[in-house]
Amino acid sequence: MSDQPREVQPVPWQTATVTSIRPETPRAKSFRLALPEWTAHRPGQYYTLRLTAPDGYQAVRSYSIASSPLDEGEIELTVDCLRDGEVSPFLHDVVEVGDELELRGPLTEYFVWDGGSPLLLLGGGSGVVPLMSMLRHRRRARPEVDVRMLYSVRSPEDVFYRDELGEETTLTYTRRTPEAWTGATGRIDAGLVADLAWPAGMAYVCGPSGFVETGARLLMDAGYDADRIRTERFGPT
Amino acid sequence: MATRGFFGRQRAPDGMAERLPPGQYFEEGFPVLTAGATPQVATSDWSFSIEGLVAEPRTWTWEEAHGLEGSTFRGDIHCVTRWSKLDTSFGGVSVDVLLDAVGVDDRATHVLSFCHGGYTTNLPLADVRGGQAWIAWAHEGRPLPTEHGGPARLLVPHLYFWKSAKWVKGLRVLDHDEPGFWERYGYHDYGDPWREQRFQGD
Repeated sequence: MSDQPREVQPVPWQTATVTSIRPETPRAKSFRLALPEWTAHRPGQYYTLRLTAPDGYQAVRSYSIASSPLDEGEIELTVDCLRDGEVSPFLHDVVEVGDELELRGPLTEYFVWDGGSPLLLLGGGSGVVPLMSMLRHRRRARPEVDVRMLYSVRSPEDVFYRDELGEETTLTYTRRTPEAWTGATGRIDAGLVADLAWPAGMAYVCGPSGFVETGARLLMDAGYDADRIRTERFGPT
Repeated sequence: MATRGFFGRQRAPDGMAERLPPGQYFEEGFPVLTAGATPQVATSDWSFSIEGLVAEPRTWTWEEAHGLEGSTFRGDIHCVTRWSKLDTSFGGVSVDVLLDAVGVDDRATHVLSFCHGGYTTNLPLADVRGGQAWIAWAHEGRPLPTEHGGPARLLVPHLYFWKSAKWVKGLRVLDHDEPGFWERYGYHDYGDPWREQRFQGD
C-alpha cells in the first residue's frame, strides 16, 4: 500500500439538459440527460444531482445510472418517486424535456462491474437500476459474459424495464403475481439464490437495506466469499 | 444556477439549518449503509486491540472495556451519502482512555482502524485524541444495533460517518497515512463534512 499523496482532481458539477422522460412504472420515470462534459461511466456508478431554489437553498441526492456507457454524451437515470421526499417528487411532477439540471459524476469505484464473468445480479425494487446498466452494457459490449439476475418486485406493475428483461432474469413477486404466474413468489430465499449462484464470479446486490442484508447473507450461504459480493443500499432501515 | 420550478420543502427545522454542513439534508431516522454483508459478532467474541507504534500493545475483552471510565457523546453526525442526524447520542469509552493505556510512540501520526468483516479506515492520530473519538456500544441509551455496528463501533463525529467504522476490532498506530477501504475506492483521506471532502480531490 502506498503512502504517497494521490493527485486527483475533484469531479466537477456540470449542467445537463433533459432530452427525454419515459415512465417505467406508475411511480418511476427514466430521465435521459445530455451532458456537456460527458465521460464514460463504469456500469454500477451513479450521479449526484443538485437542485437550487431561488434563495440559494439546495437539495442534493444521488441516482444510479441505468444506461450503458456506450450511449455517448448521454446518461439515463431512473428515479423511483418517494412521495415524502423532496427531490424525486420534483423530478416526477415538475421537470420537463429541455430543463437544465446540475449533476456531478460518475461516482463510486466500489459498486462497479468491469466485465468479469460470470455475473450474478440481485435487485430489489428500484435497486435494479444500476444492475440494468450492467445488463445493457453486457448485451452490447460483452455478450459472451454469463449473467443471471434475480429481481424482486412487489407486484406486476412495479417491474422496471419490462420489455428488456430476457431469459437471464428470474422475477419474484412478493405481494401480487401476474395472472397464471408459475414462477417464483415471495421474498428471496436460500432456494432461489442457490439455483442461480455462481460463486466463482462477482455478485452485485442492490435494493432496500433489508433486501441487501438478506441477499448478501444468502450469497455467503451459497458459497460466495464476502469479497465477491458488492452491495448498495437504498433508503432507511 | 437556480433550478426551474424548485423551491425546496424539506428544509431543516428552525435553528438547525446552520448545523447542516454544505450539501447535507436533515434526517430524523438513522439510515444503514454498509459495504457487503453485516458481520454477526457476539459480545463474548468481541475484543478491541491497539497495536503498532505503542509502548505496550493491548487487547480488551467486552467486560474489560466496560470496566474503563465511560463517556457519552451528544451531538450531530454527517454521512457522506448526504444525511445528517442532529442531537443524537452514543455511549462507550473515549479513545483517549485506550491510547493512554498503551503509550503512543512519539513518531506516530495516523491510525488505521480495522474491523470484523475486513473494513478499514484511516484517521490522523490528532483526530482520535482530545475527546473527539469513542468506541461506542450504546446509541440513545440502548445497546448499539448490529446493523449500526454493534456490538461496538468507532465514533468520530466531526468527520464523515464512514470514518466511524462499524464492528470495530482495533486501531493500528502508524507513522504514516495508509488509505482504508473506502479511501482506496476514491473517498477522501480526511473527510471533513464542513469542507465537503467527499472524494479524493475534493
